[in-house]
Amino acid sequence: MTEHTITLEAVSTALGGVDVLEDVSLSVDRGEFLGLVGPNGAGKTTLLRTINGVLEPDAGTVRLGDEPIDRLTAREVSRHVATVPQDTSVAFEFSVEDVVRMGRTPYRSRTDIVADDADRDAIERALERTAMLDLRDRSIAAVSGGERQRAFVARALAQDTPALVLDEPTASLDINHQVQVLELVADLVDEGKTAIAAIHDLDLAARYCDRLALLADGCLQAIGDPETVLTDDHLQPAFETRTAVTPDAVTGAPSVTAIADPPRDRDAHVHVLGTGPTAARAITKLWQAGFDVTAGPLPTGDTALSVARELDVEAIESPPLAGLDEDTLREARERCHSADATILADPVIGPDRHVLDLADASDRPLLVGTHPFDERNRAGERARERYRELESRVTTASIHGLVPAVVESTIPATAPADD
Amino acid sequence: MRFGTRLLGWSGGLLAALFGVIVASAAIGPVTLDVMAVAKATLNAIGVPAGLAIGIEEGGLAGITIPTPTVDVSYAYPFTFEVPGTAETIVRQVRLPRIALGAVVGFALASAGAVMQGFFRNPMADPSIIGVSSGAALGAVATIAFPVAIPLGLQTAAFVGALVAAFAVYAIATENGRTPVATLLLAGVAVQTFLGAVISYTLLQAGESLDRAVFWLMGHLNNSTWAEVEVTLPLAVLTFGGLLAYARDLNVLMLGEEDARTVGIAVERTKRVLLALSSIVTAAAVAVAGVIGFVGLIVPHVMRLLVGPDHRILLPTSALAGATFLVATDTLARSGPAELPVGIVTAVLGAPFFLYLLTRREVHEL
Repeated sequence: MTEHTITLEAVSTALGGVDVLEDVSLSVDRGEFLGLVGPNGAGKTTLLRTINGVLEPDAGTVRLGDEPIDRLTAREVSRHVATVPQDTSVAFEFSVEDVVRMGRTPYRSRTDIVADDADRDAIERALERTAMLDLRDRSIAAVSGGERQRAFVARALAQDTPALVLDEPTASLDINHQVQVLELVADLVDEGKTAIAAIHDLDLAARYCDRLALLADGCLQAIGDPETVLTDDHLQPAFETRTAVTPDAVTGAPSVTAIADPPRDRDAHVHVLGTGPTAARAITKLWQAGFDVTAGPLPTGDTALSVARELDVEAIESPPLAGLDEDTLREARERCHSADATILADPVIGPDRHVLDLADASDRPLLVGTHPFDERNRAGERARERYRELESRVTTASIHGLVPAVVESTIPATAPADD
Repeated sequence: MRFGTRLLGWSGGLLAALFGVIVASAAIGPVTLDVMAVAKATLNAIGVPAGLAIGIEEGGLAGITIPTPTVDVSYAYPFTFEVPGTAETIVRQVRLPRIALGAVVGFALASAGAVMQGFFRNPMADPSIIGVSSGAALGAVATIAFPVAIPLGLQTAAFVGALVAAFAVYAIATENGRTPVATLLLAGVAVQTFLGAVISYTLLQAGESLDRAVFWLMGHLNNSTWAEVEVTLPLAVLTFGGLLAYARDLNVLMLGEEDARTVGIAVERTKRVLLALSSIVTAAAVAVAGVIGFVGLIVPHVMRLLVGPDHRILLPTSALAGATFLVATDTLARSGPAELPVGIVTAVLGAPFFLYLLTRREVHEL
């Protein structure tokens, strides 16, 4: 049985005559962390403001549990939803504990001025959970940005609500504090809280959220697992730029890179040989520089292959951990031969030494080596000699100098001398 | 319990300081009195409301008889020390009414000032910021200049003028049930400027009563009566109690209205209550004492530096410090070779002190 902690039904809102949210429906279940992603001005903050009761939607219903929010008083709403605001800069000399104590406001009557035991317990637990016990007497204006953010999370915890709303909890934090804050939220969600957060950083959102909701122009574009939401098909119209989504090398979560569309004014065809990160970077750089890029053979699952797929670069795919069959090899040889330049990007020399054969088949090979050859050689002494000979024969370039080197070596091809 | 101790410590200390200043002030004057006798006479004068009688009285206005409700409060006096008759008379009938009224006015202005500074999140806010003082001034000056046309007592006219001005500012700044603080501030400035012009024009037309009107505008406490104290003291204490009940809400509001809403504050309603209460308490003070500047600005500001921004402690300490400050400055005002309106003394002392704070940049911390 899942129970919805927060439900939006066809919510629309206009601010100053401009539609900010249009017909947005979504729900967040108990124990779920939903990330709101989307470009600036997509309506993420507005959506959060309808959930914490700051804004009344023009149409549609927001429910907290089973209750429509418009039937709840401010006090009742604040017992359902606690908010960690986007701007936590405070100009006043309140202590951290003072700020956390404000989270108890929904439970205090106007006449009791001093906190009771339940309040003190909640404050104590919140400070402990956020590792702010040592800083409780410090001025909120004097602690670091990350600590201030934690103090406001502590305030939200002291509020003792089933749901948390966080507006850009990681904005203006360094990477360490970004991760700290989101780890904390994810832990709280594991313990049964429900959280909805607007998160600017798509990679962080993908890493910590159970589901993502993509907003653009006030409309919900996609909602679901990070893997299904973060695809170029969804992201390109939303962010109006091409993106490449690849699994993050460390976390395995989808990682999004925005790519400026390349100028399409170079005729030269460049083929990339080699695998792994160096090949991936070579493909990206050449594609961005506007070359007509092909790549391969690349084994299934290789980083370079997923980058090529994201960029619509034609790549020859080969099954992993298997030799190259004759068709694949022929296709690769043709590519190398017809290309105006062939990039040997950190080629790994397998027992069959196909890479060296393919290099010999190319008109203008260009070598990019960043890793020591011995780590790439699986074919013994003979292969080393052939590689040394290749190295002495072809142009070598660093990965940074790749594009100029390719431009230089392809000039005769694009502007052949007539006389 | 740290908070309770701090609150009691500061309030107790300031209460003692207030009593000390009151006794010292009552001992100073043309006739030199024994301090112990003054202290005893002062204690004797402390009255506690013991009974309340509400009746209807047939009052006449412009030839028509109207039944008017009357409120009679009877007081019990807990202290009965033996004090020489002359000392008792001088202290109780001559000096204490003025001192007591000064204390009440200082108390009222400083508590309203503390609330307004928190409300506007601005250290430059004072109780008159939403037009209360200008409204009171117009009411008072008009009554002085045209005593026939406006058949109200001066204090009543000032009180009514203050509340009308405050409500006008509030109404102008409110749209769709929301009153943005910035709009309120600007509307307050505009209404004050407008009323200032009307006051100047009224002064031009005042003729022989110009002296009295100008003197009133400067802020003064002479000719104070126990009757004024009996009206303003309960009003100040009641509204102060109301404001204190909203102290926590005010703390939360300092973090921003939207944020306050998310911890359960009904923001617009709270703002209305705070504005209404602080306008009433300011109006009461201005109606009996004229426009006394800087008490409502400086005192809460200094107290914030001393006790921090928590209104649960800032509000009572500001109120007590305001009372102490005004009694002390009024004593200075009347003990010089020529008696000065106290408004001049508070401004002369307050402005340089404020500039000192300003150059130390502590003002920016609110």
